[in-house]
Amino acid sequence: MTLYVVALGLCLAAALVPGAGRVAAWIAGLLTASGGALAAVAGGLALAGHGWQTWLPDLLPPVGVRLALDPLGGLFVAVTGGVAACAAVYGIGRSGRVVPLFVAAMLLVPAAASVGTFLACWELMAITSLALVLTEHRERGAVRDAGLWYAILTQLGLVAVLCGLLLLGHDGFDQLRAADLPPAVRNAAFLATLVGFAAKAGIVPLHVWLPRAYPEAPAPAAALMSGAMVNMGVYGLLRVGLDLLGGGPEWWWLVVLGLGALSALYGILQAAVASDLQRLLGYSSTENMGLVLMGIGTAGLLPGSPAGRLALAAALLHVVNHAAFKTLLFQAAGSVTRTTGGRNLDAMGGLRTRMPYTTAIFAVGALCASALPPGNGFTSEWLLLQSLLHALPGSGVAVAVTMPLAVGVFALSAGLAVATFVKAFGVGFLARPRSQAAELATESPPTMLAGMTLAAAACVFLALNPGLVLSALPGAHPVGGLVTLELAGLTGSISPLLLAVAIAVAAAGVLAALRKTGRVRRAARLWDCGAGPMSARMEYTATSFCEPLQRVFDHTLAPEGGVDVRSAKESAYLVERVEFRASVPDRVERTLYGPVLAAARAAGERARRLADGSVHRYLGYGFYALTGALIVLAVLA
Amino acid sequence: MGVVPVGLWRKIVKTGRVAEPAPPPPACPPPVPELAGSVQLRHVDAGSCNGCEVEIGSAFGPVHDAERYGARLVASPRHADALLVTGPVTRNMEVALRRTYEAVPQPRLVVALGDCARDCGAFKGAYGVAGAVADVIPVDVHVPGCPPPPEAIVAALRGITGR
Amino acid sequence: MTATLVQLFVVVAGAPLLVGFMRQVRARLEGRAGAGVLQPWRDLRKLLRKEPITPHGTGWVFRSAPPLLAGTALVVAAVVPLVTTASPLDVAADLFTVAALLALGSVALALAGLDTGTAFGGMGASREMVVLALVEPTILLSVFALSIPAGSTNLAAIVESGVDLISPVTLLVAAALVVVTLAETGRVPVDNPSTHLELTMIHEAMILEYSGPDLALVEWAESIRLAVLLGLLAALFLPAGIAGAGAGPLALLVAVAAFALKTSALGALLAAGEVFMAKLRLFRIPELLAGSFLMALLAVAASYFLT
Repeated sequence: MTLYVVALGLCLAAALVPGAGRVAAWIAGLLTASGGALAAVAGGLALAGHGWQTWLPDLLPPVGVRLALDPLGGLFVAVTGGVAACAAVYGIGRSGRVVPLFVAAMLLVPAAASVGTFLACWELMAITSLALVLTEHRERGAVRDAGLWYAILTQLGLVAVLCGLLLLGHDGFDQLRAADLPPAVRNAAFLATLVGFAAKAGIVPLHVWLPRAYPEAPAPAAALMSGAMVNMGVYGLLRVGLDLLGGGPEWWWLVVLGLGALSALYGILQAAVASDLQRLLGYSSTENMGLVLMGIGTAGLLPGSPAGRLALAAALLHVVNHAAFKTLLFQAAGSVTRTTGGRNLDAMGGLRTRMPYTTAIFAVGALCASALPPGNGFTSEWLLLQSLLHALPGSGVAVAVTMPLAVGVFALSAGLAVATFVKAFGVGFLARPRSQAAELATESPPTMLAGMTLAAAACVFLALNPGLVLSALPGAHPVGGLVTLELAGLTGSISPLLLAVAIAVAAAGVLAALRKTGRVRRAARLWDCGAGPMSARMEYTATSFCEPLQRVFDHTLAPEGGVDVRSAKESAYLVERVEFRASVPDRVERTLYGPVLAAARAAGERARRLADGSVHRYLGYGFYALTGALIVLAVLA
Repeated sequence: MGVVPVGLWRKIVKTGRVAEPAPPPPACPPPVPELAGSVQLRHVDAGSCNGCEVEIGSAFGPVHDAERYGARLVASPRHADALLVTGPVTRNMEVALRRTYEAVPQPRLVVALGDCARDCGAFKGAYGVAGAVADVIPVDVHVPGCPPPPEAIVAALRGITGR
Repeated sequence: MTATLVQLFVVVAGAPLLVGFMRQVRARLEGRAGAGVLQPWRDLRKLLRKEPITPHGTGWVFRSAPPLLAGTALVVAAVVPLVTTASPLDVAADLFTVAALLALGSVALALAGLDTGTAFGGMGASREMVVLALVEPTILLSVFALSIPAGSTNLAAIVESGVDLISPVTLLVAAALVVVTLAETGRVPVDNPSTHLELTMIHEAMILEYSGPDLALVEWAESIRLAVLLGLLAALFLPAGIAGAGAGPLALLVAVAAFALKTSALGALLAAGEVFMAKLRLFRIPELLAGSFLMALLAVAASYFLT
């Protein structure tokens, strides 16, 4: 507990460091980083069973603030702390004072032990993150647009969570666990909170803020939001659904599973065709949170069975893994944007020679995110797949119908994730620069590199030692073994460490065997069919790379585009200008939010007629309103 | 995958082997010992009238089957051991030919195919011709003929592979 | 351990022979004489003595792709129960992992293709990734369907439990896996391994810049992947002859012979099929792969309800 309080204190102190100079910014960054690191340790202690609780009746009267850290909360505190430490080191000297406040809010959410405290912390987290998204609103108009979307969705989410939790009728989480609620209330509360938490986690169809906010937020903020904040949606779902309400009917979890599957597939499909790097990463967050929700849904469907426990462990491990690699990827993407000034993959390329370190780090992140061995994403996705596999018949018709579909969705998203990250890394960092900005790119300053290195080290550690994390996860341990992961009660095993060693040994052995053969290596010009020289415009871009995929999923993505030919006045055969347009709009956003926004706008236009600026009319409104109120009161009395 | 077309199968059975029996192998050992038994060729048309191309196609066709001696046509000069150059070198192809030669990893050979490749043949002195192949890149093997018969092409290739 | 080493040796030495054998079958069906079964080994020997070339503008990704591809192929060859089910790596990797390792190798090559920055390299990488993205789901689903009867995805467990050859699940999975094998190894109708035309290439387009020992590694690894995938097909649906744990030298010899026989038979079938088929248009391939995905999905659904 002391550690946790000290961590919070450090974050608050960082937020309050006076002055605007370089030194103050450094101190604030260092304080936030150490606060995050301490919080990670505090969370780890809670995971190990050293939980605590406290009641501060004087804060936030009349109910006071209740804080408690159990293993589940500890896990999310640890993840948040770790992400915060990386992001703070990355942003030392550059991040503002809102970042530590945001970190503190995120550290408080998993520790809240009453409805009032939880909502207050949740709102603090929402407001501080909104402030972070809006950091650069003076420079770009798109930031304000993104901020608006984010503000509306996050506040609507808060309203949903608020309604859901207030329905339960108790304040303390302990009372809620013991409460005996009628099923209708439980259902309503679950659905309402699910909406709020899904909005926070970026689940389709409430994901629309995510691909807008991430590109516009500064890199450390984006890393914090995608590495730590989206997890809070998962935490809320676990806390309310599995802990406070203690599980529920099958259909709850089928809904969760369905939402997860939809998000996984839709998210990765959009990521696969995105050419904005940050947007791609944002959609990938939607995909990964979808996979986590699939795990939670399976866990809820099969409570108490080995497969259910395995699914929960897989989901939690994936939360940790996603936090690690997404923090890393957003930091690396931020470094690229810092030096090239853009986010468009089509205009990058060739960063390998100019930013070798960032390139290597992005490669680690991309490997992890594409769920290929020996990356860390592979282990958690493997566990998730195993849990789906072992949800065998005998668990009812619903499971027998959903599991094959779930596996199908999972498999499709796994394949597309590989293509997505090959594109992000291969097109963005390899080959030759496609723009002058990419040609003039420079490596990031040491603090940014240090932040990225921390995150990369976490990725490597998680990739090679998932057993250590799995054994620390809350709940029963469905997976045993440190080097070789053995599924408890089920057959199946995997060893990421052995696998990595085997690949490394095999590749090194092959290289060593070839050492003696062949002649001396020679450098030569690229094979350009004898013509040349090849310009960077002949390279494949991100758009061309994903064009075949886009064509395959034409019906789902509904891409827009066309060729505009403007001919001269004199003759239709004299072409003045040919223009090619292509874009893949977010279809969910267009079909679901478009009509709502249009209706709201129309209503607003109509309401404008009521306020035409005439003082007499306004006085009349007052008069009629007063009279109406009096009549109503008279009738009621 | 569809039904196996019976007609094609019957034709395969009826036709049997069309490759002609192999003449005796070359007497002398291959000029480059590293390339013994396997030579990948990249074909460069430096300005040919396509007569030689027809004969190359024939040499690698079923009847003469140059592939049985270890020679094979490939797509990239990086994969190649030898260039198979046809025609006089036109001005437009001069640089391209030189670059293609540079792109082939050592040890490498150049086979100049046909009379045009040797001394520009009928195109000698034409304004668009830069010279014979040997004027641009070093040539190791000449195959005479206008166009050279497939037997001669196969014999030249066997000389390189040693089979 | 000894058995696994024997298996590794058989695959490493025999994979190029399998490729040579398949070319020979094709040649004979086309009325040719053929270059002989040993030709791929002659090609490899020659390539190893040649000069490797690093094109200007390429970096560590280009250089490390061939050993990585070969490394993953070797690990897969050691894990998959082709000759023996007693691989020491069996606990470390299951059928999902094998699929992921194969994908890792393809990704390494695709990145190398992109790293060259040539139009052909990018084109090959893009196409390869599309095929991979569509093949991966089918593999995972087929594995899933196969592992339901065994209750495990570990290869030894699946192979030892055996499959019911005439059940609809097996037939569907087999059909799906055949398509997957064709796509993964770049054979007709997905890709044509003997094309010279860059614009029709998928796999070959990515490796246009490799030469000498680098190219030898890539070609060798590709032949291993082909042998392993064909061997895996044989092992999953016709596991007869595979040596169990603690098998004697005689059983091992029988297992090696059975493996050679089964893979050559499958290879011959594949080569004969190529004579009768033309390559599909690129945008027809997704339809083929979607069909195989559907078959795998049906297989999973059927295995849920039939067991």
